[in-house]
Amino acid sequence: MTTEVGSETEVKKEPEKAEEQPAEPERSAINQTDEVKVVEAAEQSNESPALATDSAEAKENQEAQPADNATGPEGEEPPASPPASEKKGISRFLPPWLKRQKSQSVVGPKESQVTPKEEGGVVLVNGEGEKAEQAKAEQTSSTTTAEPQVEEEQVNGEAEPEQKEEVNSEEHAENHSTGSAETQPAKEEKASEKSQEKSAAEEEKKETEEGGEKKDQEESLKPEGGRYFIKSPLKLTKKVKMVMCHVIMLDGSQFPCEVEKRAKGQYLFFKVCEALNLLEKDYFGLSYKNADQMCWLDPTKEIKRQICNPSWQLAFNVKFYPPDPSQLTEDITRYLLCLQLRQDIVSGRLPCSFVTHSLLGSYSLQAELGDHDPDEQRLDYISDFQFAPSQTKEMEEKVVELHKTHRGMTPAQADTQFLENAKKLSMYGVDLHHAKDSEGVDIMLGVCANGLLIYKDRLRINRFAWPKILKISYKRSNFYIKIRPGETEQFESTVGFKLPNHRSAKRVWKVCVENHTFFRLMTQEAPTKAKFLTLGSKFRYSGRTQAQTRQASTLIDRPAPYFERTSSKRISRSLDGAPVINMIEAQDSAPTSVGNGREPGLELSSDSSKRSPPPTTQEPLSDLTVDTVSKSSDDKQKSDETTLQAAEVEIEETVVVEKIRVAPKGSVTITTPEVVVTPVAVETEVEKPEEEVIEEVIEEVKEEQKRPVSVSSDSHSESEEEAGEYHPQVTVSTSVEQIKEEPEEEEKEEVDNHEEPEQVSEPEPLPEVEVETMPSPAVVEETPMAEPETALVVDAPAEEERTEDILVTPEEAPNGHAEDQPGLVAVEEEEEEEEPRVNGDASHAETERIPQVICCSEPPVVKTEMVTISDTFAAQKTEIATKEVPIVHTETKTITYEAAQLDGSGDGEPGILMTAQTITSESLCTTTTTHITKTLKGGLSETRIEKRIVITGDSDIDHDQALAQAIKEAKEQHPDMSVTRVVVHKETELAEEGED
Amino acid sequence: MASVLPYGCFTHAVVRGIPETFGKVDNEETTTDLAKAQRQFGVLTGALRQKVGLQLIEIPADPELPESWRIEDVAVIQGDTALITRPFIQQRRREAEAVRRVMSELNLTVVELGAEEGGSVGATLEGSDVLFTGREFFVGISSHTNHRGAEVLADTFRDFTVSTVPVCEGTRLKNICSMGGPDTIIISNSDGAKKTLRMMEQLTDHHYEVLTVPEGAAANCVYVRGPSKVDYLLHPPTEECPDSVPAFQKLTDYTLLPTACSEASKLGGHLSSFCLLINRKPYF
Repeated sequence: MTTEVGSETEVKKEPEKAEEQPAEPERSAINQTDEVKVVEAAEQSNESPALATDSAEAKENQEAQPADNATGPEGEEPPASPPASEKKGISRFLPPWLKRQKSQSVVGPKESQVTPKEEGGVVLVNGEGEKAEQAKAEQTSSTTTAEPQVEEEQVNGEAEPEQKEEVNSEEHAENHSTGSAETQPAKEEKASEKSQEKSAAEEEKKETEEGGEKKDQEESLKPEGGRYFIKSPLKLTKKVKMVMCHVIMLDGSQFPCEVEKRAKGQYLFFKVCEALNLLEKDYFGLSYKNADQMCWLDPTKEIKRQICNPSWQLAFNVKFYPPDPSQLTEDITRYLLCLQLRQDIVSGRLPCSFVTHSLLGSYSLQAELGDHDPDEQRLDYISDFQFAPSQTKEMEEKVVELHKTHRGMTPAQADTQFLENAKKLSMYGVDLHHAKDSEGVDIMLGVCANGLLIYKDRLRINRFAWPKILKISYKRSNFYIKIRPGETEQFESTVGFKLPNHRSAKRVWKVCVENHTFFRLMTQEAPTKAKFLTLGSKFRYSGRTQAQTRQASTLIDRPAPYFERTSSKRISRSLDGAPVINMIEAQDSAPTSVGNGREPGLELSSDSSKRSPPPTTQEPLSDLTVDTVSKSSDDKQKSDETTLQAAEVEIEETVVVEKIRVAPKGSVTITTPEVVVTPVAVETEVEKPEEEVIEEVIEEVKEEQKRPVSVSSDSHSESEEEAGEYHPQVTVSTSVEQIKEEPEEEEKEEVDNHEEPEQVSEPEPLPEVEVETMPSPAVVEETPMAEPETALVVDAPAEEERTEDILVTPEEAPNGHAEDQPGLVAVEEEEEEEEPRVNGDASHAETERIPQVICCSEPPVVKTEMVTISDTFAAQKTEIATKEVPIVHTETKTITYEAAQLDGSGDGEPGILMTAQTITSESLCTTTTTHITKTLKGGLSETRIEKRIVITGDSDIDHDQALAQAIKEAKEQHPDMSVTRVVVHKETELAEEGED
Repeated sequence: MASVLPYGCFTHAVVRGIPETFGKVDNEETTTDLAKAQRQFGVLTGALRQKVGLQLIEIPADPELPESWRIEDVAVIQGDTALITRPFIQQRRREAEAVRRVMSELNLTVVELGAEEGGSVGATLEGSDVLFTGREFFVGISSHTNHRGAEVLADTFRDFTVSTVPVCEGTRLKNICSMGGPDTIIISNSDGAKKTLRMMEQLTDHHYEVLTVPEGAAANCVYVRGPSKVDYLLHPPTEECPDSVPAFQKLTDYTLLPTACSEASKLGGHLSSFCLLINRKPYF
């Protein structure tokens, strides 16, 4: 539970401006960094010796500072909100198995959190002192940076394995660990013992002795010990197991790096960037090859969890190709990009014409050799270079000829020219993936900065710009995009592609999520919401977006680092690391799916998650339409003949937003007098391991905390909103398996049928929604509710408590609830006079267009000054008797947003009813009921429009989008009125999140 | 991509004279007026040479090749690469010989669409189905151009995105659209053209200004940015498209050159059919 602790500490830190600023930037930039800091803080409080860590922090801080400035102030203002987001974020990082373990111990998290708080206070004091230290320590060894993470990991590891009973031990361990090296070993041992993954733990011990060897094919290499090793021999424990990573750099050189077995991707990545002296690192990533597929190392997850091959071979590559390289700040960044492009060109991934090959080659020569030397008449020197996949003498001559014309150009200028030409190439920055279209025709999916490109052979046959894409999803080996309806079209359409296997589908999906976030969004999305609504893989891009990294880059203030340009001769060698797909060859080289140990797990999660969404649609459909996705769940249910409606996501959100803008954005303070969070956990009959439930909760919490930090000012309110979030327990693995069995063929159908089912479902869900709405606050069953409320009220600012409560509650509150309820999103909007704008701001231009990934809730929140959030996880659907098929868990959430001071808010205001009117309209997946009442109050006539919008659908529906749309429409319809309250009630079917 | 210049910077134009057999294809007697066609051809070439200031290379007419005046179909030229196409109609393939020679004389890299056998079997491509915007290619999949032909084009001009669009109306892509400036597409107002335009807009990464003209005949113009940085637009005269001329006049700072091609249009031709535009200005 270290992570949680960390978050709390951070929260406390936040108040301290000195500490916070550095920290915040880090968060935004680096997911784990935050965690690290927290840990560090803890250490520091206990020990002053942890200078090394401090230094590491300092470094990071420096780097991050640019970002901090942007985020920093905002984050500080609402202390409470940031922490929640962090927590969520942290949870994300944890590998699935870790999460599960955590979940097991409910108590653990709470306690841990508590401890952190205490420490936090200390930390603050230290923190300031630390600053000075940090400044001095700026140039600490890379290892130091890693250390914090290590600690975190350890903590996590401990927490995970530990059962609830053990919680206390954990806490102790943590405290001690920071102080004494001895404790840590003890911890580890405990962890190992406790840890369900015995193998890993055992291995660690053994391995410690063995040294860095990773003999075991098992992924479980835990570098933790190793870090300490490096850092301070004192702390070194036997259990430190180091693994040797080999990273192929862009210049073809090998960068050996010893990391702890358990090190996360981020650690290694930072090491590499440090070795390169690279600051603008957000464009880059580490890749590895699994089963012939090139994958990106997830920085937030342990390396060993990702790499399957026994030798940790990775490659450092450009992950996001900046559309305009001239906007990069440093020459070294451009140089690395050049190296990558040369690789791409030579490998054929970036096709060029003869002339372009020659021109780019000539710039390469100029950059690496300088001016053409007339004395060097031979072409020999040039044939050592490789300019093209197949290089002719003629081309070499052309290159030399052009090289002569570049006389006087500096290497940096030559690189710039190289990039200026390369960036215009049609395949620049396009990541190609083999796929088949719905008719089985071989195509290529190209993911790039602007969107998704579809190629057939070499021809572009379609293109979906990010703004056109509402949702990205994958199920099994299928990859789907939901397209925003065009001007003339009424309905959204979903386009499906068939990929060679499940993993490749997931890979495409991930790449899309990352590229979309990086290039299209200003800030990374808050994972929580997306998760909440989508139920799918939690994977989100956690790094900085291009906008953020650009901003950060502007603050880079250092003399241009010296770096040596190496010959492009090496390029050919370095290709190993980066598998290339040529469009030409594409068809031949369809990736084969190799079964990894992990795969099954992943599949489950992914499938399950996706299934859940379909179910919503299905309920109504089940009879009418065949939804492949939904079917899976449906089938089971049907078989059971239980009335289960496919587990759906029901989301009722009531958001009341007042537009009082008195408070500046950044300083939006949430005065939530009444924050009532009533999490009610609904459990399905299926027995779920408690652990899982806990996991989810924790994760969410963490995420919540994080958000505020990463997100600019806007998001503050969100955090609070989400604080209430709770994910009901996840279905047991058994259920998942069942789901798996579903035939794939159905999937295809799903796409087509999609729309219909949704519509059908609408009618049913509505009634439910309303019912739910009412009860939501009151409905809460069981203890959990009470606890959360209190906690919330008291601590509104301090989220920690909330979290705790929430965490606890979920477990405790098993509900007989049937998960099945169709996913409904009911949005009630009450509009009262005044400015329409309130919401308008909320939806950034981008937000609107954003695929589901984006959280809808943000928009309303942003402008709201006062937010009242009541989350109720009510097991409202008790009625449904779902006996055995607990496949889907339903999550119910109600969020109310109210503007701070509302004239119109008062329901209580007496008035004379003038007119009342109810209008109902239905569209594809939404049902809108409008109540218009006119009342006379004190001589003023007030028109109050209350809209109830029920959005029904499976995961494929972008609820956020729908909600945002609904709000937007409401505004547009009544521009002279203002939205005063939005109540969102969500019912979501939860699926297991085994996936990332 | 060093060769990328804004669309319209041409230095040379290659044309081919009107043969006596003009209009006598497939033994079908059309109502074309040979003399008028030749006059119009003369006006066009005169405008290109004297008004616009291009170097004009005229390939003599060949009575054996009644459609050889449609030189646009025979080659696709970008930068210093000329792709010799393979017209759908077998008899027309001989038209390429003379063009190929000229291309070589101009020091263009000549690329053949492919041998009759081999990888490009069955590939057909005609230049009038290819719209090059300066940034990318659109290839209209029509009765005369197929997917295989487009692939070869994409393989030839690798620097550029090559997108395929359906030709919903007319027989050739350029019957419904043409370039009216570096970032301007002139397109007909018909439903089919709109459909094609929508597809182009969906496929492109760039933003183009769109000049919609009410008459189909007006959709094909020839835009050249002359050596003196003047924008020239050759467009059908008022007699041929009375409603569209005002649209052209909205193009600011353009020198409009009304050029008749009524006879060619009877045969499905258009202004751009007559010429291959080339830029031989060294760009390095």
